[in-house]
Parts: sequence; structure tokens; C-alpha cells
Amino acid sequence: MITYEQVIELIYSAIDELNASSDNKAVIKQEDTALYGESSPLDSVDLVNVLLSVEEALEDEFEVELVIANEKALSQKNSPFRTVSTLASYVADEVNSQ
Amino acid sequence: MNEISPPQIVLITGASRGIGLYLTQYYLDKGYIVIGCSRSPSSITHKQYTHFCLDVTDEKAVKSLFSQIRKSYKRLDVLINNAGIAAMNHAMLTPLSTVEKIFSTNVFASFLFCREAVKLMRKRHFGRIINFSTVAVPFALEGEAIYAASKSAVETLTQILAKEFADFGVTVNALGPTPILTDLIKNVPAEKLEKLLERQSIKRYGEMADVSNIIDFYMQPQSQFVTGQVLYLGGA
Repeated sequence: MITYEQVIELIYSAIDELNASSDNKAVIKQEDTALYGESSPLDSVDLVNVLLSVEEALEDEFEVELVIANEKALSQKNSPFRTVSTLASYVADEVNSQ
Repeated sequence: MNEISPPQIVLITGASRGIGLYLTQYYLDKGYIVIGCSRSPSSITHKQYTHFCLDVTDEKAVKSLFSQIRKSYKRLDVLINNAGIAAMNHAMLTPLSTVEKIFSTNVFASFLFCREAVKLMRKRHFGRIINFSTVAVPFALEGEAIYAASKSAVETLTQILAKEFADFGVTVNALGPTPILTDLIKNVPAEKLEKLLERQSIKRYGEMADVSNIIDFYMQPQSQFVTGQVLYLGGA
């Protein structure tokens, strides 16, 4: 069992990691931060890095193996990767339904 | 961060036999930390060597291997995707199960290892992936339709992953050895091999050192601008 708030913290850690790896990147840690699209400060490589960091943290801290960008996520009408908040909801639901 | 400090960590698939066994010993002798995997146990015992017995086509086992590498070393510098199988036969006499087995090991497993390796390599923005093709691709050898087709797929995989992984500081290249006297070709008739050697620019069997020479080239820090390439030995 994992809570929405716990996933938010994992995503924020992933954003910290992303910001630390770039000299000119400062992604703001907010639930409505866009993870992709024109309003997002992340490019596609950044998004991949964030998703992979969250997957690793899930494994390390919660012993959960989850492929976030699975067929279900990619086929949804409203992508779960829109914002920090939608990603957290999606990940929490996926983990808790395992 | 393109320079790396020793010891580098190298993962070699198909490490218990043939070229894989040679490369394992070769990179251990050069001071690398080597992680090997294969279905069978390894004959090598060395303080810088860890062997995992697994089927390279088993996604769960492969993911578990990478998880252990991440927890033990927090990084991976080089992946040598050596594991491969061959079956030489006329297409009309080749069962579909053989086709599936060859593609599973040569293509699907290569992809699986590339995908998991880049996840580990991305953090240091450095990595070298070396895949294995064969001269059977440019020679379009009869009797090797499935083996050569699977290696063609590996070449395409290499070229496209080179583009996808470039943003993560990871190069992806391949080499295509000529016949080398290993288990892989032990059942190929000598006259077939002689005919094949005749098609090469340099008409001799490949040596293990020919293979490690190319891998050394791909691995060296100065090769950071070399990616998506397939290098055939012997002048194919």
C-alpha cells in the first residue's frame, strides 16, 4: 500500500535529481507542474529520467516493481504524465492494485 | 562527465563460453570489474568477477540482475551483448520453434539488456553498449536465413538505439565477426567455412584478439563520437 503523498515525495526527489544534473534546469516542485507539453519545463529526455527515477525509488523504498510507461498508461485518453499530480495518482493506483 | 575513472564495470552476456569467456578473462586481466551471465555456471573464479546463471530471454531474471548491479555498484559502464545462438539449415527445413528461439536470444534479449543497461548508464551520462552482428549479414549467406535475419535486426536496433540513447551519453555500436573457431560453428562443415573465408578481403579465421581490439576501440573515452556503427572483421 502506498499513498498519493508518498508518491508525490518520490516524484519531488526525482525532480531534485533532475535539477541537480543540469546547470540551467530548475523544475518547480508543485503538484500542478506540467511534466510534458508546451507549458512543461521538461523535455522528453527529462521526463524519461523522472519516470525511471520514480521506478527505482519505488523498488528501493517500497520493494515494488512497476513499469510506469506501460501499455495501459500509454493508451489512456488523458495521459497520466500530464502533471506531477496526475502521475502520482496513476502510480499510487497502479501500485495499490498490484 | 565523459571521462570515467577505473575500475570500470563491464557486463558480458554469454560469458561462460567462446568469445564471452575470452572477453571475461581479458577484461579481468585489464583490471575491470566484470559481471557475467549465462545459463551455465562459469569456470572463472576471480575477486573482481561475479557470475549470474540466467536465461537472457527471461525478463524478470534480467531485471533482477540489473537491480543487483544497481544496488552493488550504482553504475554500469559497458555492456557487451555477446550471448547469441545460431542454427544453420535450409529455410525449408527450419522449424518455426527454431526461428522463435533464435530471435528470442539474439534480438529480444539484446534489446532487453540494452534497455536495462541505459537506465543504469544515464546517471553518469556515460556508457558503452556493444552488440554482436556477423559477416553473414553483408554476405547474405545461404543456409543462414534466420541467423542472419536476426543479426540484421540487431544492426537496426544498434543504429536506432544509438540515436535514442545519445541524449544519455551512451554510445551503441556493433561488430560483425568472421568465423572464429568456437562452439557456435563447430557443426558447420569445413568446406562451407572455407568458401566463406574466400569471400573475406583477408582470408583467415578471426581471432579472439580481433574481437577484443574492436571492443577496446568502442569502449575507449576517445570514442565518444562513435555510435550507431557496425564494424565487420576481415573486410566483409
